[in-house]
Amino acid sequence: MKVLVPVKRVIDYNVKARVKADQSGVDLANVKMSMNPFDEIAVEEAVRLKEGKDHHAAGTATEIVVVSIGVTQAQETIRTALAMGADRGVLIQSDTDLEPLAVAKLLKAVVEEEKPDLVLMGKQSIDGDNNAVGQMLAALLDWPQATFAGKLVIDGGKATVTREVDGGLQTIAAELPAVVTVDLRLNTPRYASLPNIMKAKKKEIAMKAVADYGVDVADRLKVVKVTEPPKRAAGVKVESAAQLVESLKSAGVL
Amino acid sequence: MAVLVIADHDGSAVRDTTHKTVTAALALSSEVDVLVVGQGAQAVADGAAKIAGVRKVLLAESAGLGKVLAEAVEATVLPLAGGYDAILTPATTDGKNFAPRIAAKLDVAPISDIVEVVSADTFVRPIYAGNALETIQSGDAKKVITVRPTAFAAAAEGGSAPVESVAGAEAPKTTFVAEEMVKSDRPELGAAKIIVSGGRALGSAEEFHTVMEPLADKLGAAIGASRAAVDAGYAPNDYQVGQTGKVVAPMLYIAIGISGAIQHLAGMKDSKTIVAINKDPDAPIFQVADFGLVADYKTAVPELMAALG
Repeated sequence: MKVLVPVKRVIDYNVKARVKADQSGVDLANVKMSMNPFDEIAVEEAVRLKEGKDHHAAGTATEIVVVSIGVTQAQETIRTALAMGADRGVLIQSDTDLEPLAVAKLLKAVVEEEKPDLVLMGKQSIDGDNNAVGQMLAALLDWPQATFAGKLVIDGGKATVTREVDGGLQTIAAELPAVVTVDLRLNTPRYASLPNIMKAKKKEIAMKAVADYGVDVADRLKVVKVTEPPKRAAGVKVESAAQLVESLKSAGVL
Repeated sequence: MAVLVIADHDGSAVRDTTHKTVTAALALSSEVDVLVVGQGAQAVADGAAKIAGVRKVLLAESAGLGKVLAEAVEATVLPLAGGYDAILTPATTDGKNFAPRIAAKLDVAPISDIVEVVSADTFVRPIYAGNALETIQSGDAKKVITVRPTAFAAAAEGGSAPVESVAGAEAPKTTFVAEEMVKSDRPELGAAKIIVSGGRALGSAEEFHTVMEPLADKLGAAIGASRAAVDAGYAPNDYQVGQTGKVVAPMLYIAIGISGAIQHLAGMKDSKTIVAINKDPDAPIFQVADFGLVADYKTAVPELMAALG
């Protein structure tokens, strides 16, 4: 089974995003960038499907292709995935941050070229927080989708996925080919070992341009402004639990 | 301009997330219809008809819709989409699952998790885990929007809209296998007026239950947890409050032994009143707390229980 894993280069999750003074966006200059954490989980699961870790049979995945859409430096993000155990990469270079619909259309073109049996990807990127690309890709391909995966089992031509939903868990089985988006608790991604980082340098990354795919990637949304969220007024420290309850009562909260 | 709201419900009644989404819809248009998807959901549709301001309720039923499978919802909504300029649904895990699928089929850019309607084509939504707010203007003729329910007031009851049946589609390539819903006598996290939330300081699952449950019961509160507490196995997944868990905005949020990581704050900072109990006076949670008590939870919670009487 061939697995395609889309990955995105985003601001590192430990870095606090700062809004630019001119309200045009978030300042990404000289900020540490990393692989979107949900995508890291998707890469890890694909590698486990290949290695036969957890409940997966060895060789469930036979080839793992990683694709990223972004600036030239997104090669580093792909290289990280290759060091974790993916086989080869594709970078579709774009200097602008494309909207989810455009990303889904480009990924559809990649799927048509690569013909994977499974697309495994993060449920959302931690910059735009849209939580949309996987679902949109599935719709454009007319494939079934299983979002927010906390457990994945590949068997009998199906992906059986336990989804983390409001109020509990839902398990569904989707016929392959399918799109599965992953949630936090699916696995804990590995750190690539030094020998694997060295090996990854020899793996192939195909460099492409958005124009190679003949897809309409025009923006549909105009960013009017990006602002800081309102700050909460400073609170007060209370000395004891009794004083806390008193304060809450006099504030009309209790 | 007519707007379709896809309802969120529990199988027997609409959830108040639906009422809140109707409020967002009414900010766009006075012609608001509600679509109830489900199976055996007549009572839900009758309930939706009572939401003030709703013009008409559509009821679509099938086995796949009973489990809210995304492909079934998409195939049910697409034939109806022609009659609407915007389709709204609460940003629940269901809404997030099917809304982008509908948007892709309509070739429009989905607008996720809005917290404010500025005008008929302009909306505000949080990005970067709530560390920034983005105001965006949509150029699409039709809009598909998920609404963060905690950002809107609930529409009142008092309507009497007619209920109409429409065709319900199935999801041919997806089968439902099982579900495991957490049963509780306590209020749901998303709907609770008071939430008591525990963090990693509690140290074990046993301690989490021993400390949090009596306090929650005394206050009639729902129980939440930080991601650190959930990852450590002290509390189940669905307790998690934060950017990657639930986003809540109760009247009162009491954080116990929670340091206040950015991603946790993103999930609760819109609460009306925030109380923090933490023994570390420098914990970031105190920066958003209206009332802070620097104390070990081991002494503070029993004292709090006593003070509550």
